[in-house]
Amino acid sequence: MVAVKRVLDYTARVRVKSDKTGVDLTNVKMSMNPFCEIAVEEAIRVREAKGTDEVVAVSIGPRQAADTLRTALAMGADRALHVHTDAEVQPLAVAKLLAAVARQEQPQLVLLGKQAIDDDSNQTGQMLAGLLGWPQATFASRLELDAAAGTALVTREVDGGLETLRVTLPAVVTSDLRLNEPRYATLPNIMKAKKKLLAATSPEELGVDVAPRLQTLSVEEPAKRKGGVMVASAAELVDKLRNEAKVI
Amino acid sequence: MLAALARATGGRLRSSAAALGTRTFHLTGSTAAAEAAEAQCAATQADADFDLTEDQRQFKQVAATFAREELAPFSAEWDAKHHFPVETIKRAADLGFGGLYVGEDMGGAGLTRLDAAIVFESLSWGCVPTAAFLSIHNMVASVVDRYGTARQRSMYLPALTSAEHLASYCLTEPGSGSDAVALKMTAKREAGGGGYVLNGAKAFISGGGVSDVYLVMARTGQAGPKGISAFLVEKGTPGLSFGKPELKLGWNAQPTTAVVFDDVRVGDDSRVGQEGEGFKIAMQALDGGRINIGACSIGGAQFCLDSAREYTRSRQAFGSPVSHFQATQFRIADMATTVQASRLMVRHAAAALDARSPTATIECAMAKRFATDSCYNVTNEALQLLGGYGYLQEYPIERYMRDLRVHSILEGTNEVMRIIINRELDRLDPK
Repeated sequence: MVAVKRVLDYTARVRVKSDKTGVDLTNVKMSMNPFCEIAVEEAIRVREAKGTDEVVAVSIGPRQAADTLRTALAMGADRALHVHTDAEVQPLAVAKLLAAVARQEQPQLVLLGKQAIDDDSNQTGQMLAGLLGWPQATFASRLELDAAAGTALVTREVDGGLETLRVTLPAVVTSDLRLNEPRYATLPNIMKAKKKLLAATSPEELGVDVAPRLQTLSVEEPAKRKGGVMVASAAELVDKLRNEAKVI
Repeated sequence: MLAALARATGGRLRSSAAALGTRTFHLTGSTAAAEAAEAQCAATQADADFDLTEDQRQFKQVAATFAREELAPFSAEWDAKHHFPVETIKRAADLGFGGLYVGEDMGGAGLTRLDAAIVFESLSWGCVPTAAFLSIHNMVASVVDRYGTARQRSMYLPALTSAEHLASYCLTEPGSGSDAVALKMTAKREAGGGGYVLNGAKAFISGGGVSDVYLVMARTGQAGPKGISAFLVEKGTPGLSFGKPELKLGWNAQPTTAVVFDDVRVGDDSRVGQEGEGFKIAMQALDGGRINIGACSIGGAQFCLDSAREYTRSRQAFGSPVSHFQATQFRIADMATTVQASRLMVRHAAAALDARSPTATIECAMAKRFATDSCYNVTNEALQLLGGYGYLQEYPIERYMRDLRVHSILEGTNEVMRIIINRELDRLDPK
């Protein structure tokens, strides 16, 4: 099972709404979160290596989330499930919904992107594993499934370097940048995707409460870059870093 | 290799910077294309997506992504080094761009002409000559698909749709371009036994010397259109040779050579269609080719429009960004209007061709004539908006201008388009 999120396209110019309640998304190009693309690619590779029979793509969101699912189908996912809601869904709600879907679908592996490029939360995969009581291996840069043994070897990119875990399946794995390079959807696959199943459900049907637990107080643009200052000596630099920028 | 890196790093690493809303604008060499690429994506949302189907939106997305990641970062280098990006063309074919409107049974994508127009517009945004070559390659593949025997189809199409073999279209000769009917190359029946002997020369052949398969129009019969037949000739056939690559103003990422036939012997099964059908085949192929060339002009003009808008926003003069001056704004508005008008004409003509409408030929001629001329003018305007920088090769505008200039000449000059428009007007609506 692979979860995908529809986000602002990474090349889109970001504008904050004047009332500071969020980012202005009207008419902005949206696409699949890049880390989710990597997760879909990995899921398909697992299937191609015969580690699994079927890749199911899941997405939560309004009507347009189905577009993202169609992209996943065009990349090679076998079928898709759209959890349709117009409400704001925060990572905990997403994790609860995905847990409900996972209990229905009973996958060997749930793949997600490590974080979405809109909120950069980096929470959903971890919370999902917690809710299901499954092992988790996040920031994966390499995944080797041993379906027969019921385990997976995951290399994680952590601050100190690379860490390798062996997890028993079923498990939750989140993808990092260097896990793979996603394939393009080919034109024939885009057309074949039309014939694949895209089912829909809702939070109500899954029995999940998605009420937000966090309230966004304000969204602002980063401060505009101020001009730099030339310093005359190392001593002056240290003085400014300590007393003005207060970083040391 | 490079492309993989560009896709992995250029795409991904740039994501956080873009999401934070911090951007640096610098138009230099290949990064110019990449930076303008980021601007482009916001812009494309605004174009007439309302009339595209869900599938067409996805086709466009794939083509646009491919253009942004595999074409745009390298286009300047290919132009400077006169490098024909065969590997990239093969990668494009892996996505289905090698046989867009060839049947799926032969590895094609089975798309419509309208789908293809949308694809070429997106691809040429990244690199005009590469997109244009794909158009020519597709044109030959579609001729084999439509007019070929079962044997010819199964012999040539799988390799063409995968771009394992590249194809070129040979109609023009040193002595006949617009007056195509006057072609002199002969295909004489071999005495006893079957087959033909081809003698003559073709000029200005895109892909010449590199392509594996050449669709050649030669005279098998009397003077006039009914005496012309079409043949498929493979590179390596004895007697087939190529001139040196021409030094051109643009389209440098594509080799253009003369193709010389000196007693080239081919079998009966090399002839496509019946004897005497060649001219009809050639003209029918060009209808679609004209739509694609128009689409390529639009993609190139859109890139220049996007670049000019980005540039004028950041360039300061007399205390304001240049984009604040009404003269600039009016120019940009006219450029955008022109590109949109071209787009609608080309797409409508493509739809007419798909529907086999009686107006298809006149529409294709009008769309080609209009889009190629107007979009070239758009690149010229964009160059002016960039001022001195527009004239430098370090900035991409001049390359697009050089590339688009030839679109008014090939696939039928715009003068020939006017002849066709007049003829069709009289045919459709006699006065």
